[in-house]
Amino acid sequence: MASVPEKARCVIIGAGIVGNSLAYHLAELGWTDIVQLDKGPLPNPGGSTGHASNFIFPVDHSREMTDITLESMRQYKELGVFTESGGFEVARTEERMEELRRRMSSAKAWGIEAELVDPDFVVEKVPFLDKDVIVGAFWTPSVGVVDSLRAGTIMRERAQEKGALTVVSNVEVTDLEVVDGRIAAVVTDAGRIEAETVVVCCGVWSPKIARMAGARIPLTPAVHQMISAGPYEVLADRPGEISFPIVRDMDTLCYERQHGSDMEVGSYAHRPILHDPEEIPSNEQAKLSPTEMPFTEEDFELQLEQALELMPELLGDERGTVRYAINGLLSQTADGFPILGETPEVKGLWSAAAIWIKEGPGTAKLVAEWMTHGNPSIDISHSDICRFYPHQRTRDHVRARTSEAFNKTYGIVHPGEQSESVRGVRLAPMHASQRDLGAVFYEAAGWERPHWYASNENLLEKFSDDQLMRREHEWDARWWSPIINAEHLQMREAGAVIDLSAFAIFDIVGPKALEAVQQICVAQMDVKVGRVVYTPVLDSRGGFRSDLTVMRLAHDQFRVVTGGAHGMVDKKWFADHLPQGAALVDVTSAYTTIGLWGPKARTVLESLTRADVSPQGFPFGTCREIEVGDLGVLASRISYVGEYGWELYVPMEAGAALWERLLKAGKEHGVIPAGIGVYATTGRIEKAYRAFGAELDAERTLSETGMRRKKYKDADFIGKDAILAQEGEEPKAVLCSLTVDDHTSASGVKRYMLGGEPLFTRDGTQLTDGHGHHPYVTSAGSAPSLGKHMLMAFLPPEQARVGTELAVSFMEELYPVTVVSADATAPFDPDNDRIKGK
Amino acid sequence: MTDVLVCVKRVPDASGEVVLTPDGSRVDGRYAGYTMSAHEECAVEIGVKVAEATGGAVTVLTLGDEDSVEQLRAALSVGAAEAVRVDADADAYGPADVAREIAAVVTTRAGAGKDYDLVLLGNDAADTGDFQVGIRLAYALDRPVVTGVQRLEVSEGTATMQVDNPEGTEIYEVALPAVATVLEGGVSPRYPSITGKIKAKKAPLETVEPSAAPAGSGRQALRVPPPPPTQVEILGEGPAAAPRLVEVLTQLGAGR
Repeated sequence: MASVPEKARCVIIGAGIVGNSLAYHLAELGWTDIVQLDKGPLPNPGGSTGHASNFIFPVDHSREMTDITLESMRQYKELGVFTESGGFEVARTEERMEELRRRMSSAKAWGIEAELVDPDFVVEKVPFLDKDVIVGAFWTPSVGVVDSLRAGTIMRERAQEKGALTVVSNVEVTDLEVVDGRIAAVVTDAGRIEAETVVVCCGVWSPKIARMAGARIPLTPAVHQMISAGPYEVLADRPGEISFPIVRDMDTLCYERQHGSDMEVGSYAHRPILHDPEEIPSNEQAKLSPTEMPFTEEDFELQLEQALELMPELLGDERGTVRYAINGLLSQTADGFPILGETPEVKGLWSAAAIWIKEGPGTAKLVAEWMTHGNPSIDISHSDICRFYPHQRTRDHVRARTSEAFNKTYGIVHPGEQSESVRGVRLAPMHASQRDLGAVFYEAAGWERPHWYASNENLLEKFSDDQLMRREHEWDARWWSPIINAEHLQMREAGAVIDLSAFAIFDIVGPKALEAVQQICVAQMDVKVGRVVYTPVLDSRGGFRSDLTVMRLAHDQFRVVTGGAHGMVDKKWFADHLPQGAALVDVTSAYTTIGLWGPKARTVLESLTRADVSPQGFPFGTCREIEVGDLGVLASRISYVGEYGWELYVPMEAGAALWERLLKAGKEHGVIPAGIGVYATTGRIEKAYRAFGAELDAERTLSETGMRRKKYKDADFIGKDAILAQEGEEPKAVLCSLTVDDHTSASGVKRYMLGGEPLFTRDGTQLTDGHGHHPYVTSAGSAPSLGKHMLMAFLPPEQARVGTELAVSFMEELYPVTVVSADATAPFDPDNDRIKGK
Repeated sequence: MTDVLVCVKRVPDASGEVVLTPDGSRVDGRYAGYTMSAHEECAVEIGVKVAEATGGAVTVLTLGDEDSVEQLRAALSVGAAEAVRVDADADAYGPADVAREIAAVVTTRAGAGKDYDLVLLGNDAADTGDFQVGIRLAYALDRPVVTGVQRLEVSEGTATMQVDNPEGTEIYEVALPAVATVLEGGVSPRYPSITGKIKAKKAPLETVEPSAAPAGSGRQALRVPPPPPTQVEILGEGPAAAPRLVEVLTQLGAGR
């Protein structure tokens, strides 16, 4: 029996592609005394890495995933284990061709060479493919395959050569010891290892291991079926592992990948088959390996026929036989993103899980950076383990969402697409009223949020088509309604009541509360009680961790209000940076928030309260308790939609009452309920308000986003040194607002961009900013008050001037656009007269 | 023309550590999956070769539930032409029951004009290891039987069956109709092609009711014995170890 060291600085559990890459990157960053464990034998301990198909298509609609994949490819190449083969994503239908055009947008936005090609082009490179089956393809020459086991071995060995790593295989982790919320030791069947940092890189077993410490890694083992058939002469005739491009048969959700003289056919088309991490066989019990489960023939019947249809000559050759077929287990998450970072439950216990081969080495580098100095070089906020709310960590949630998402792996997924499973989990107190009003609910962090209200349909007759900007094309209009624009116009004309229950709210309290928020926030927090401050939150490089508002409610109490989607990550950031003497209290479920904004907002609130809500009596940027009838309400005079009005906070149980009163009082003044379509898109975009996750992330700075301040507070805060150092430098890219000048496509149908599209000069020349990135649309939406469709994008500084004429590429056609704002100046109401109540 | 009936049984794959069902009544295939035994795979291969050589056809038979269709399809995908399933709980049927049910199918089909001159079975079932069904079946059908057959050829109504064992080779010439139980090692079962798999899905599959209620096998429960202590024997070092290694591999039957 192997023995383990008694002590380590860091224990990495798992020796798949993730654990191996992480060991290497930690050693590179100066870590020593690392111990890596695996239950299985090396070099293939039996996890998902061992049966991976190992090919990499770099283009993804997510910038985060693409950047991580590109970094992984760079590393695989440096290790000498990458073979470029090229890859096709073939379309059997016109609908898929349209999706491939959209894929071209992502390829151009992320700067990856790709091309839409006809069937003849495909057949020239893949002669055994039946060109009559396809209508076209998306060709990526840089697609390739890797040897992920070899890569892992090299990385482990490099760390060992540095003297930084001890590897012990065939050792099972039986417990994780936690003392006072902090990891203390890893217990194995070969002894106990004391360690202050432990990383779970256990792939499909990760939930089981994390639970030993009371932490959750919400992923599920899911089956991906794969067969290997051969030998086929045409494949065997060429040397090496791969000499023909990989084909993704997108419409059948399958791929065909040459492996020596064999062809592998893999599928994401079968019914979702989920397993429990506790029910995976041991190495001894398994026939092949623990993650190569028995093949279930009946789930692959259709795929065989479809593969034969695509490659009839090759796969129809009876001399080639199926000698390997598995239900391969891999890790799936509810939202498709990895699970990275320190667990919110246990200090020092990290997760690097739900990572596929194409992301492995890149992700490991980012996690190593995060563990070392806190700042991953690529923004990975979508993958942060803290993003989950309690309900999202339950097994049922993970299983339901994963089941729904599995067949969308190669699917055509609209950017606005809503999940159908696990809905109705978090309901606002006014939910029943919203249903009566015909709300169309979208989900955010489990909350059901009205996106628009059918009850406002009558407004469509009131406003002109120029203002409503109805969308003619089904794709553009999917998950959208002109009612959003009607609600917006009515808000600007009279006012709107908006449910903001999804906000995450937490109080920073205690004698050191001021010190805490001063240190975390950029804005001056040493303000009078009753002030509301909007502030960026930066990391030590000056990159955005968040932007949010803080209300000073008492000398020792600050209430932080932030978006629902990012709320749990913000909560951990604050909690991690609190000094002794300050504490965080999560009051998200204690309060609901209702927005009341518009020219009539004051009149409406005046009709319900004795409080002075005039601009003088209730200045902008202040908050205080007021009585709205018999309800105690914390009113905060700020706005994310550019109107005079308030965020009104009441205890959750009083939310429905306040909602009804506002609607009732507002009715005679034309004030309507409005949905999140207004709040999150139209209202903010014509005010050039930035959104975290779209415009703001850890790779963006204050100067790039036009949010630089003339003067920074004297008090120290995280990121201050970095932004002071940036002061003298010109930004490498500048956030701008643009309007679309002409929507008419070649077919005459007007098209409306949805976000993610690349920007070019008018004649189609590529643009490149100081980071080497190409500009793309970070947010897109109607600006109904301007009668324009508006885009936001980071442009190279030389293009970032009002009046610059550029073009946006949408579904492979160029549309003229013009820069209307090259800083944070609002295209609509630039002097903010409306907010001021003028 | 020789029509061959090959009898197969759905059994848990025994490549990994044996796992029992929670109640201890059966071997559980939830981790390793289900298969037919290697003996039966060889029987299918021999059957297909005989059918090909004589212009006959292979029918594959099993006694089992709906799940055992998977094993029938597997045989169909490598050359069997049709399949018949006796719809029954295989665990409730002892060797005498199974022999009776196979005999009933053979007799019924003979009555309908379809004669199976050759019936092939595995030497023994991979899960229960009874070594009985072939002999009982031959007795029921009043046919000659050879057990442990590794090679088999048919010519002019006579089957030549070869049995290899450490002591030598036995050759039997048996007039058809006959029964043989096949031991793995004499032939290499083929793998299915993709078109073979697709054809298998469309091949005819008849389901019949059992002819009588089962008497059972008398089995109460299974117990997994403790694993035998592992022994490590150093065979030698470098090229000098080669002769001893060959000897051990031969002993283990790896050279067959």
